[in-house]
Amino acid sequence: MRAPGRIARGLLTDPDRPVGFRFDGRSMQGLTGDTLAAALLANGQRLVARSFKYHRPRGIVTAGPEEPCALVDVIGVSGREPNRLATTLLLHEGLVAESQNRWPSLRFDVLALNDLMARFLPAGFYYKTFMAPGWAWERLYEPLIRRAAGLGRLEAIVGDHAAPAETVHDHADVLVVGAGTAGLTAAHRLGTSGLKVMLTEQDVVLGGGSLLDARWSAWRESVCTGLAGLATVRCLPRTTVLGAYGHGVFGALETLSPPEAARFGGLRERLRIIRARRVVFATGALERLIAFPGNDLPGVMLAGAAHQYLRRYGVAVGRRPVFFLNSDEAYEAVFALSGAGIECVVIDVRDSSLAAERARALGVEVHGGAVVEGAYGRDGVRTVRVVDVTGRARRELAADCLLMSGGHSPATTLASQLGARLTWQEAIAAFTADLAPVIGQMAGAARGVFGLAAAARDGESAARTLAAQLVRPVGAAYPGVDLPPDADVTPIAALWEVRGPAKAFVDLQNDVTTADVRLSFREGYEHVEHMKRFTTHGMATDQGRIGGLVGSAVLAQARGVPLWQVGQTRPRPFAQPVPFAALAGGEVREHYRPKRRLPLHDWHEAAGATFVSTGLWLRPLVYSHRQGWEAVLNEARAVRRSVGITDVSSLGKIDVQGPDAARFLDFIYANSFSTLAVGRARYGIMLREDGMLLDDGTTSRLAPEHFLVTTTTANAAATLEHMEFHLQAVWPQFQVLLTDVGDQWAQFAVAGPRSREVVAAVVAGLELSNEAFPFMAASVATIAGVAGRVFRISFSGELAYELAVPARHALAVWSAVLEAGKPFGIAPYGLDALNTLRIEKGHVTAAELNGNTSADDLGMQRMLKKHDDFIGRALAQRPGLAAPERLQLVGVRPLARAHRLRNGLQLVAPEARTTSLGYVTSSTPSVESDGWVGLALVAGGRRRLGQRLIGTSPVHDEAIEIEIVSPHMLDPENLRVRA
Amino acid sequence: MLRIPCPWCGERDETEFRYRGDASKVRPAADAGLAAFTAYVYERDNHCGWHLEWWLHVGGCRRLLKVVRHTLSHEIHAVGGPEDQLSPPPGLTR
Repeated sequence: MRAPGRIARGLLTDPDRPVGFRFDGRSMQGLTGDTLAAALLANGQRLVARSFKYHRPRGIVTAGPEEPCALVDVIGVSGREPNRLATTLLLHEGLVAESQNRWPSLRFDVLALNDLMARFLPAGFYYKTFMAPGWAWERLYEPLIRRAAGLGRLEAIVGDHAAPAETVHDHADVLVVGAGTAGLTAAHRLGTSGLKVMLTEQDVVLGGGSLLDARWSAWRESVCTGLAGLATVRCLPRTTVLGAYGHGVFGALETLSPPEAARFGGLRERLRIIRARRVVFATGALERLIAFPGNDLPGVMLAGAAHQYLRRYGVAVGRRPVFFLNSDEAYEAVFALSGAGIECVVIDVRDSSLAAERARALGVEVHGGAVVEGAYGRDGVRTVRVVDVTGRARRELAADCLLMSGGHSPATTLASQLGARLTWQEAIAAFTADLAPVIGQMAGAARGVFGLAAAARDGESAARTLAAQLVRPVGAAYPGVDLPPDADVTPIAALWEVRGPAKAFVDLQNDVTTADVRLSFREGYEHVEHMKRFTTHGMATDQGRIGGLVGSAVLAQARGVPLWQVGQTRPRPFAQPVPFAALAGGEVREHYRPKRRLPLHDWHEAAGATFVSTGLWLRPLVYSHRQGWEAVLNEARAVRRSVGITDVSSLGKIDVQGPDAARFLDFIYANSFSTLAVGRARYGIMLREDGMLLDDGTTSRLAPEHFLVTTTTANAAATLEHMEFHLQAVWPQFQVLLTDVGDQWAQFAVAGPRSREVVAAVVAGLELSNEAFPFMAASVATIAGVAGRVFRISFSGELAYELAVPARHALAVWSAVLEAGKPFGIAPYGLDALNTLRIEKGHVTAAELNGNTSADDLGMQRMLKKHDDFIGRALAQRPGLAAPERLQLVGVRPLARAHRLRNGLQLVAPEARTTSLGYVTSSTPSVESDGWVGLALVAGGRRRLGQRLIGTSPVHDEAIEIEIVSPHMLDPENLRVRA
Repeated sequence: MLRIPCPWCGERDETEFRYRGDASKVRPAADAGLAAFTAYVYERDNHCGWHLEWWLHVGGCRRLLKVVRHTLSHEIHAVGGPEDQLSPPPGLTR
């Protein structure tokens, strides 16, 4: 079965390998190498979509990624994937595609009524009409509009089953974007000069415009063979550069060919992050539409697209084409179609031109000095009305397609992203971009140099410039094949719009008409960027690639200024839609971020621990897999009654050494460390320079010039940075070395009234009596035969020791302690029990050191040094930071012992329940007393001790009576830790 | 994305560094008073042009770098250590 539109053998298609596919339920056949759009055209399917707002019938307009209309859903094993471009989607056996934005069917779409209502639906209509009542926007109007307007619908199932993607980092001396004659020449010349070149091409094959001209086949083959033989050049077809991010960094999306995808286990896309010293943008030029009434009918296409469908796929987009154009470049399509035996009629706005003469010589009917006044037909072009530019002589032509070309605009998107200024070029009626030489070069049609041979020479000159900059002799020319000469051309006559009574579109994807642009001007949105926001012109995947300049021209005409004064909207990355799966690459699910495991992770796991992520660390939460607090409270009770052990290796540990170490710590901490004796530890708080608390922890003096700082797990990295920054920026004269030793030392807390006996059993060479080794003592010692350190510090509020040993000895020492603790029923405890213990004691952690609390808020104002300088000293003295109404740390208990607390519970006065006085930061069932206890930040909290407030959580529909107590709920005299 | 030429490690991605703010701000003397510290901590120009700034190479040598960067073009004119006196290119202060 031969498809009716297939009239020749295409460059990319294989007539011996048919491919079956379905579109909107209809079975069709295409060829291997087809895009979905080519196969649909071959099968005579002109209507492929309904438009965004008016639900007008739409067809295929282009043959590439600039397609505004032919967006389809692809239904695959993993679900429905919306908004795939039919013009780039490669056909494969069994492909199922469906049209979008229509109900119940593409041919009969109920919401096509919108089109009849169009005069009531201009740009800005939504915002003006759906104003009141206020509640209705979110609940009524927006859902309705979203249902009526739009493209494809996203189904979450795609996300879950998305094809795997990967991220690859590439480096090159020069990135050449685009493999037309300019890009191929530049890449070849730079490659032969020894520079490392990466050549990307969005098309499935290299060649660009030269693919459309048979005279260029020999040249193209010779250069491509040359490139393949160069070890310095990497050619990446199917790779679109999505964004230019400055400093030579580019993002590119490579779509794998089916065989390669199979080789990489179904991998569909590869996100390439390319770093290059220079770039050549040989990105070509994009053909523009012309705004005339009916320019959105199925069958109205870009002239160049018709050329591509014929040459690449052997598909005729119509049998009775009328061309509407204004430049000699667009005649290439006329020559091609006419050469294939298709009878063409040309409407050229110019009176005469060299190309028109050549066309007439081939027997083509050319009407000079005329324009298309409108295209008509139901669901597709049937007649074209042509009028003389004087407006007198009218005629109607029967046609099945209208192939328009408003000229070519250099593709400057990527250059604009890099800040290149746009300059108006009257000769081509388009903007070109001035790229800074340190960034790279524009080459070929992207620089406004049209003609394949001229572009090739321009690519060579760009290569010469770059090779000189990068100090390389330019390489030899490709051997043997001369450039086929370009034809002489008559210049373009700018033509943007043919005004008429019916809708003429400047943006086919977003349904923006010339009337919308003029309305935008009348409403005061005169700047092109404002016009874009008012009308949505150039948004979504379209990005104004084929109509952007036309919209600017209509705006310029309305404003009465030249087009160059209006300019174009600034494009942003991405240049093409990118699936989220491709951006995520391999960093999904458990690979979303790295995990840090404690030295004893395997032991904890074997002991039945449930783990919790704190920062990147996996820490044992509780040694049980059962829900509920029982296991936690058993662990905490063991500490309060006898002895427990917990792994605190994830605490940050910073080794501070040097003659100025003590002075430095005095600056870093709000309290003093120069007064700390060797062999002692001290609790310290550090502030940010704005006076707020940054972190806390204990610091031990191991030798006169040697300190060990510990930080909270959460703030370990930030604290190290804080110290490094200030050491280098503020006190560079200090002789201090900071070393992060967090990973080198494992550290365990052995806590509880029997901890001394346990520690004594494993430690040698250290007298542990209260007199010899009192609370806050620190010393080196041999622990289970390993040289380590012992600190008598306590987070739990009990008599406690922390033992530190090199990480590789963690298991031996931990096991020795467990063995020594057996007679006392020692139990390992997790983060939950640790939390229970510290909340009872009133110790703060990241929940209270939340970046908004001052020392005064947490009751630590007396720790601030009175006389000497330290970071945060000046601004901590601001009276506002000690204002009596600030949120202050207190303890909280429910009045009814059966009530539980929640973190985040809002505290309100019984008589003013809508005014929050603060909130619960930490909470736990208590092992020391009945019921729950918590810490909270409460306005003027210290004055409220003994007060009763309501703790309320509206989302849980909870309100309980709370008593404010001192945060020191356990052993306020600190007798236990000194026992 | 910035590529910052670290004098110790070579040219590296911005993601290896932590931005540490305006390097033209000098910490006032201890007794300089509240106004001076307020200016040091809070007052920042937001100008279009050359900017002297701190970058800490946390993913590399962990050295603090002083960088002269153009806030519009992102061009990096000079990179040095904290002790270096760096200035924008002559005649191009804006």
